[in-house]
Amino acid sequence: MNIVVTVKQVPDTWAEKKLDTSDKTTDRKNVENVMNEMDEYGVEEALRIKEAHGGEVTVVSMGPEKAVETIRKALSMGADKAVHLTDESLHGSDALGTSEALAKVISGLSPDLVITSSEASDARGGVMGALLAERLGFPQLTLARKVTVDPAASTVTIERQGDNGYAVVEGALPALVGVVEKINEPRYPSFKGIMAAKKKPLTVMGLGDAGIDAGSVGLANATTKVDEATARPPKSAGQKVKDEGDGGSKIAEFLATQKLI
Amino acid sequence: MAEVLVLVEHDGGAPKKVTGELLTLARRLGEPSAVFLGAEGTFEKAKNYLAEYGAAKVYVAESNDLEDYLVAPKAEALASVISSSSPVAVLVAATPDAREAGARAAIKTGSGFLWDVTDLTADGKATQEIFGGSTIVTSEVAKGTPIFAVRPNATAAEPATGDATEQRIELSISDAAKGARVADRVVESKSGRPDLTEAAVVVSGGRGLAGAENFELVEKLADTLGGAVGASRAATDAGWYPHQNQVGQTGKTVSPQLYIAVGISGAIQHRAGMQTSKTIIAINKDEEAPIFELADFGLIGDLFNVVPQLTDEITKRKG
Ligand SMILES: Cc1cc2nc3c(=O)[nH]c(=O)nc-3n(C[C@H](O)[C@H](O)[C@H](O)COP(=O)(O)OP(=O)(O)OC[C@H]3O[C@@H](n4cnc5c(N)ncnc54)[C@H](O)[C@@H]3O)c2cc1C
Ligand SMILES: Nc1ncnc2c1ncn2[C@@H]1O[C@H](COP(=O)(O)O)[C@@H](O)[C@H]1O
Repeated sequence: MNIVVTVKQVPDTWAEKKLDTSDKTTDRKNVENVMNEMDEYGVEEALRIKEAHGGEVTVVSMGPEKAVETIRKALSMGADKAVHLTDESLHGSDALGTSEALAKVISGLSPDLVITSSEASDARGGVMGALLAERLGFPQLTLARKVTVDPAASTVTIERQGDNGYAVVEGALPALVGVVEKINEPRYPSFKGIMAAKKKPLTVMGLGDAGIDAGSVGLANATTKVDEATARPPKSAGQKVKDEGDGGSKIAEFLATQKLI
Repeated sequence: MAEVLVLVEHDGGAPKKVTGELLTLARRLGEPSAVFLGAEGTFEKAKNYLAEYGAAKVYVAESNDLEDYLVAPKAEALASVISSSSPVAVLVAATPDAREAGARAAIKTGSGFLWDVTDLTADGKATQEIFGGSTIVTSEVAKGTPIFAVRPNATAAEPATGDATEQRIELSISDAAKGARVADRVVESKSGRPDLTEAAVVVSGGRGLAGAENFELVEKLADTLGGAVGASRAATDAGWYPHQNQVGQTGKTVSPQLYIAVGISGAIQHRAGMQTSKTIIAINKDEEAPIFELADFGLIGDLFNVVPQLTDEITKRKG
């Protein structure tokens, strides 16, 4: 089983996220960056599938030079090798451009299974899985809370998380699976894993190496454009009341004055 | 007048509230045409509603392929309507299926796609609340036909008259779009309450509830307000409430008129899913809980005393 898992480096969840004031792209320079937490579940699932059925896990990430830290983390969790797509001209790509670039790299790896997470904590687009499936022409099996691979039949079956239940969805390999965080408990990199990661193959690619057309990526070619960005006005301090036996009534009173009941 | 497409969000043909919201927003940009994609024999249920919310035209495709295979057939059908009608914009709901279909249709039609849109101007500028609502941006689509995934509750649905003239579309779903087959749909909880993302009122419970059995307190309060029930991840992880009710970064994003957080501390991942709610009430016994920073009305107290009293008081006032 040749498994590709995508990981994205994002500003730390706890950091205050901002847009760069000059070009209104996500500010990745002035913050602590980490692996998108949701991607840890994707890496974990890839490793579990490999452990069950054999094969190899390749990490793919697109991002600035520093994103290599995130790639190293995935390698130290146990992935076998990695491709880092990095190029100045990728900066400012929107979701459509990113999917185009990632799809080029991924199809070059001829995977049986591509795993993404459902959402990155910075953009929260939640559409990368769908976009990659579209570009790769793979069955789209996103929002999976459970994944079962059957290498003999060459199929994959998932439980897709829904509003009041789930759907069982199946497709033939090669396929794209997007995971939600309910799916597993990601492992921590072990010391041995961290040491081993340093020696694992890491291929760094630019646009040309991956055969990506410069006219379809980057800020200048984005299909969407941010005109203005403002910080949300701080919430004016609300009322804060201690319960003195009449707390429930106090809330009801507030709801009534706000015409909410 | 310029045509604006609205992808109908429905459940077996019955339109969801967000469809009316989308049609209302679409009227700002031009004349709305609904696009109904559903299984055989489901459109009948949607027709009147679409007329009541001002759809001039409805493109209708009824085919079981649209339900039997995941997302790709919808994307294909939507893209084909976009190509044949050349609208000024396309509005879909920011729900998983519709947003994925919208995104894939954007690739197929060479268009730009914006998600989590909370407002739109007549000339197609979109407002988005990003980074969990901490930054507000206005953005626009620079290529092709703008496709906007609009958040439920972003605007109030206002009725308007439309002819809802039916225009059937011949659908031939490609084999390539039939890659992901829906083998089964399993309902785990049919509560009779509104959908979390659509509800005007959401009452959420957290670790403070101390056990599954106490979620009844939250449910009762939600029911007196006609609301949906949410939960923090601590509560869903503990198995006290179904995972699909989780609110937050890795759960649902909600933006109701009223959000009541019961026994929830207000971790950043939770806030990312609820901080754009119009009015926020927090009930927590810890005065220092970060949820109070967001609350329009914060009550410091024991939820086991406060919540039943609140439920009673609302029932009384309503009675
Ligand atoms: C990758 C990742 C994704 C995450 N995604 C989400 C997400 O989508 N949604 C989410 O909610 N969390 C998410 N989290 C978890 C988040 O960080 C918090 O752990 C979680 O929100 C805490 O839930 P809580 O507020 O219910 O519990 P706690 O933080 O334990 O808070 C419980 C609160 O209840 C109060 N309390 C206790 N007893 C009473 C009482 N009798 N009366 C009144 N108040 C009482 C306490 O004072 C406390 O403030 C995520 C975390 C990670 C790492
Ligand atoms: N630049 C990127 N490099 C690698 N994977 C990415 C990148 N952007 C998005 N992804 C993948 O797609 C998922 C969803 O991202 P997003 O659509 O940005 O919320 C992420 O969690 C990653 O798995």
